[in-house]
Amino acid sequence: MRLTYTESERAFRAEAADWLQSALSGEFSDLRGLTNRVSAPKRRLEWEQHLGQARWSVVGWPAKFGGRDATLSERLIFAEEYAAAGGPPRLNHLGVELLGPTILTYGTDAQKSVFLPAISAGEAIWCQGYSEPSAGSDLSAIRTSAQLHGDQWSINGQKVWTSLAQFSDWAFILARTTPKSVGRDGLSFLLVPLDQPGVSIRPIRQITGDAEFNELFLDDARTAADNVLGKVGGGWEVAMSLLGIERGVSTLGQQMTFRNELDAVMAAARRNGTAKDPLIRQRLAQSEIGLRLMRFGALRMLGGASDNQTNAAITYKIQWASWRRSLGELAMDVLGQEAEIAPALPAGEYAMPMLTELFLSARADTIYGGTNQIQRNLIAERGLGLPREPRGDLKG
Amino acid sequence: MRFAFSEDQAAIHDAVDSFLTSISTSGGTRLAMDDGTGLDRPLWHAMASELGLTGTIIPESFGGSELGAVETAIICEALGYQVAAVPWLASAVIATHAIARGGSDAQRSEWLPRLAEGNAILSFADKGFSCQNGLVSGTSRFVPQGCSAEAIIVHADNRVYLVSTDTEYCLMSPQTSLDQTRPLAKLTLDHAKAELLAAVGWDEIEPLAWTAIAADALGGAQACLDQSVAYVGERVQFGRVIGSFQAVKHKLADMLIGLEQARSAVYWAAGEIDSDGDDARLASHAAKSFACETYAECAGHAIQLLGGIGFTWEHDAHLYFKRARANLSMMGAPSWHREQIAKLILPEDLCA
Ligand SMILES: Cc1cc2nc3c(=O)[nH]c(=O)nc-3n(C[C@H](O)[C@H](O)[C@H](O)COP(=O)(O)OP(=O)(O)OC[C@H]3O[C@@H](n4cnc5c(N)ncnc54)[C@H](O)[C@@H]3O)c2cc1C
Repeated sequence: MRLTYTESERAFRAEAADWLQSALSGEFSDLRGLTNRVSAPKRRLEWEQHLGQARWSVVGWPAKFGGRDATLSERLIFAEEYAAAGGPPRLNHLGVELLGPTILTYGTDAQKSVFLPAISAGEAIWCQGYSEPSAGSDLSAIRTSAQLHGDQWSINGQKVWTSLAQFSDWAFILARTTPKSVGRDGLSFLLVPLDQPGVSIRPIRQITGDAEFNELFLDDARTAADNVLGKVGGGWEVAMSLLGIERGVSTLGQQMTFRNELDAVMAAARRNGTAKDPLIRQRLAQSEIGLRLMRFGALRMLGGASDNQTNAAITYKIQWASWRRSLGELAMDVLGQEAEIAPALPAGEYAMPMLTELFLSARADTIYGGTNQIQRNLIAERGLGLPREPRGDLKG
Repeated sequence: MRFAFSEDQAAIHDAVDSFLTSISTSGGTRLAMDDGTGLDRPLWHAMASELGLTGTIIPESFGGSELGAVETAIICEALGYQVAAVPWLASAVIATHAIARGGSDAQRSEWLPRLAEGNAILSFADKGFSCQNGLVSGTSRFVPQGCSAEAIIVHADNRVYLVSTDTEYCLMSPQTSLDQTRPLAKLTLDHAKAELLAAVGWDEIEPLAWTAIAADALGGAQACLDQSVAYVGERVQFGRVIGSFQAVKHKLADMLIGLEQARSAVYWAAGEIDSDGDDARLASHAAKSFACETYAECAGHAIQLLGGIGFTWEHDAHLYFKRARANLSMMGAPSWHREQIAKLILPEDLCA
């Protein structure tokens, strides 16, 4: 157990901080402090490319794919510095945090050398096509089908809630490649280019007023035969591995933005005097505790804390999701009615101030990537070995 | 930075776990409850003689093994798991820490070797006393295993005193207390002669003490979860094991979620203390409040999930439930610890 930083970790921190500071006060100062995940997509694309050129896009990846072979501590340090410098939400979050690591595990050498450098360079933006109208929590109910025609897959079906599809070049999707198969068998994990006639994308407006997620229609959409990650028919395993990353490691960066959000709530409480209210103080302290425990939970989960590592990982998603939802509620209680008023906007538009948006957007955290109820099922079944939920036989 | 046990720490963890699993029994705990001492003597002596657990935080020159807060937490956790009735927290951690940190050479030579061997048992009194001209007066009804102690570490005005219980100015009387595994005695000092432990303030004792209580809570909470999981996997109602009901599964899941955070809290605090980190106080406030609340929840859920059996004297569930409750209040309630954190993170906004 060592809670102090080494010389080289401190040097890494200084280098990252310097670079971020100069980039975000110079050429990209317009993006500094941005928190909304759909605004300024063009500029954020340029930011992805800028990060890539300086090899700060995917610090944990091997150098040959554009990374820095950063250790876990260094990745945490980079995430801390990124948030401290006010770095904007990553447009390629799904490529950088979810797909890339999955390609590193399951990809062929050819796939690695094509897809990974494109992600690190910000040349291919990715979205995640798992959910469908009748396959939500029960992801194995996927109906989208894919059939090989010569050297191409032909894909038909509909995806929904596909975040950032409107800004993406590619989607990784789960599709049924064995006709008439049911459940987890017969699914494949396909990599599909979006700029083609067989793909149409329709944004869906969310409770925040923004449209981050979309419907994704696949009507004889095509992709090359070898754009399958893992085995044909072995898509479930790949999809679950990616979900494991989504619920765990990938949020290291996010956590650092949680720090900024809690700081903003504390600043608001000081401004309006609620920081003197004993009940608000209790809740702020509890939020501080929760945030710190998340950080050490992440370190235990990733750092090989032997025995209880799996349990640390499996309980992590519901922890941060619930933490952020409570923070949103606390923010509203701190600000009171002030929180309900947006800056002047044209009629028909809707965009709330940052902390109100936190209150709203946090409601999605306990839904996507597996709802809180699904997390509890998983924890009970995988973490504690309790019996699995019985399945019914209705069709959704 | 590395947030995982070192090889040595992992070895201590395994050794203590398997030792206590083989030797600490509910029967021993219950004998110690019944005779009112909360002192399972065979266990205490085995801890001292077989693994040297009574001397873990004592410098090697005084017969101890000079281990850190992480190791202390590991041992507390294992004892908490067994709801062991031993004065480890009061004597081997809090009192020993006070003498090792704050005592003069003479005081250290007098006490530490005997503490290391487990031959001296001490306790502490954290509130209710004042000192004038080297004489301490006051009353506390909350001295853990006080009737077994030959001397008490007494806190008065952030100073730390050592008071022998073997004088006419000291009256220690047994009380029946909620948690019989760690019974609280009533201590009255009336101008008792006290030795100052000059090199330490009470505030320097607190972080390790809070963390140790939190670690006891962590172990207890884990035991409650393990016992509940075992039970719901066997008990059948409505033609199914009750562990297949989602309401039951989700309660157990919530226990594990709390427990994992409590685990992070305890070892974060212990790690901060060992590295003399700036966050040692914040972390130990966090650990004390979080782990003790988690324990209380887990112990309550365990009784609920066990049904009628959980309400019997015979089942151990109430030992955990009561110790969990006692840990919550000992050395500051969770809300008090959170208010201390609020003072640290919102320094200039004092409570209205
Ligand atoms: C903002 C946002 C972004 C998203 N982005 C993406 C994306 O990029 N790509 C993608 O593929 N998907 C995405 N999703 C979809 C998300 O993964 C699903 O919404 C989620 O898995 C839940 O599925 P559902 O919406 O169909 O709800 P349902 O599965 O219908 O669930 C409805 C309710 O029933 C409960 N429930 C269902 N099954 C059980 C059970 N077995 N036990 C107990 N309770 C149960 C749920 O907990 C929930 O409360 C996104 C969702 C949101 C909100």
